[in-house]
Amino acid sequence: MTPMTLTEKILARHAGHAGRDHVQPGDNVWIDVDVLMTHDVCGPGTIGIFKQHFGKDARVWDRDRVVIIPDHYIFTADKMANRNVDVLRQFVAEQNLPHYYDVGTDRYKGVCHIALPEEGHTRPGEVLLGTDSHTCTAGAFGEFATGIGNTDAGFVLGTGKLWVKVPPTMRFVFHGQLPPYLMAKDLILAVIGDIGCDGATYRAMEFDGDGVYALNIEERMTLCNMVIEAGGKNGVIAPDQVTLDYVNARNVRGNPYTVVSSDAGAKFVFEKVYDVAKLQPVIAKPHSPDNRAFVSDIKGTKLDRAYIGSCTGGKMTDFRAAATVLTGKTVRIDTFVVPATSEIAHGLKTETLNGQTLEEVFLSAGAKIGEPSCAACLGGPSDTFGRLNEPLSCISTTNRNFPGRMGHKEARVYLASPLTVAASAVTGVITDPRDYVG
Amino acid sequence: MSLQSTITGKAYVLGDNVDTDQIIPAQYLTLNPAIPEEYRQFGKYALGSVPPSQAGLPKGHVPFHTDDEFVSPYRFIVAGKNFGCGSSREHAPIALDAAGIKVVIAEFYARIFYRNAVNGGYLIPFESTGRLCDTICTGDELRLDVAAGKLHNLTTGETYELKPLGEVAPILEAGGLFPYARKVGMLRS
Repeated sequence: MTPMTLTEKILARHAGHAGRDHVQPGDNVWIDVDVLMTHDVCGPGTIGIFKQHFGKDARVWDRDRVVIIPDHYIFTADKMANRNVDVLRQFVAEQNLPHYYDVGTDRYKGVCHIALPEEGHTRPGEVLLGTDSHTCTAGAFGEFATGIGNTDAGFVLGTGKLWVKVPPTMRFVFHGQLPPYLMAKDLILAVIGDIGCDGATYRAMEFDGDGVYALNIEERMTLCNMVIEAGGKNGVIAPDQVTLDYVNARNVRGNPYTVVSSDAGAKFVFEKVYDVAKLQPVIAKPHSPDNRAFVSDIKGTKLDRAYIGSCTGGKMTDFRAAATVLTGKTVRIDTFVVPATSEIAHGLKTETLNGQTLEEVFLSAGAKIGEPSCAACLGGPSDTFGRLNEPLSCISTTNRNFPGRMGHKEARVYLASPLTVAASAVTGVITDPRDYVG
Repeated sequence: MSLQSTITGKAYVLGDNVDTDQIIPAQYLTLNPAIPEEYRQFGKYALGSVPPSQAGLPKGHVPFHTDDEFVSPYRFIVAGKNFGCGSSREHAPIALDAAGIKVVIAEFYARIFYRNAVNGGYLIPFESTGRLCDTICTGDELRLDVAAGKLHNLTTGETYELKPLGEVAPILEAGGLFPYARKVGMLRS
């Protein structure tokens, strides 16, 4: 048997009901989908396509495999945005879907890519498709996860299937002990800077090495989250005990899953090895995630605003890191803190540092804390918390800095780790986190 | 759409890495493309966040359409590398379709934009063999022989070979993923 990569093995197992023994890069295969996720921005269009093609009274292929998470435009007075959540709500009622996390209820979660694992919807060896490009985040759980559009998602809703082209896999190996001033965000920004924002187009990106397996699950999610910024189809990390402990603790419905990893001798089209101890804090300058610099190269650049949030940089690990810098200090620029999910918002109220909750650390530093959602990561309606409505310079833990991404099309967005963003918030200029952390 | 046709119209030229936020700014994603009137409105906001200096190359500062128009005077977009990178929003090819764009010709595409364009049947995404965004100018009159993949610049008299559509041709010919799946028996009609 020809050895296969993790991504190839998952796609082979999902190709047709019986699966296939073997697939190779370039093969087009119809795969069975384990979980389909949609949200308030792409859900209404997806539902429209589903009804148009399968009929108004059609049923989804498997109600247990559909997950709907409103998260994008939630805390806004925008009538159209609110209307879109109503479209989701109505569809969920019509179809009697169990996995819906409605706004204004105790079930409300926030950012879908973090809500999915928290609620036990990410499992090794599975295929997860979502109507959001950052669906690739779930590759951290050893599954094939990628973003799709409304038409594809409408098709999956009715059939549970989709054709996909098997991608060749690139392998990125991180060795060594991560210094305290670096985070997964620095690693992935370094990778994107090296290969460019089209460097992994049509390809899978697999992460490996003791430097990756020393990361906690949230940091592994950050690595996989930004593969789309290099054009990657999916990012993936083979599961270890850390993965399984997380998944098992959350898999309350007891869904079975199969752990898959790359075969010895599997063929990778590209391989790059990093010694993490030798890396420096990395920043992506305006207006592209691959416009890489070392933070030290542009330190002192004046900023108007700092933003800590999103699927990329709004998890507990991200806030813990930011709090270590902000504790006992005062921010010099407007600083916005947006927990990705309600569970993380709760964590900010309960976890403590030097006798203060993280929420108290941020508030006493002068930061503003918003409600869990995607918020200003992608701009959104003009009343969105933290949105750049003016051509400001902002340093952010988010994932994209293309023109207009966070609002105003002349705004300048710098992407960096939570440590770098917090250090820069304290000084008001781009600041190397090594000034504050070990 | 028929791949046997000839498409004629003006070119609008853009650079590299035109991402989905430039193609359709996120604030307009509140419109629901499943509602025909809202679908039409996407045309008005298409290419709304392209920086003015990059809008309508080589000179830039050429508006894609006037502010109150839904449909642009252009039928072709000619661009560089990695067209449509960023988000998975299908609103991006929808906005171009609603604005009257029939064909995009780029060096290559970001994967999800390409899939959405093909599977939704909104427009034909051709790949060029060279870097046409440096030779074709905004406003040039183009004629595309779709089946042959031959592009004629009627303004300059030049002719270019485009890359074959390859394995997506049957999906485009059928009109998108749903009609294609019916044709090949993946969906009952």
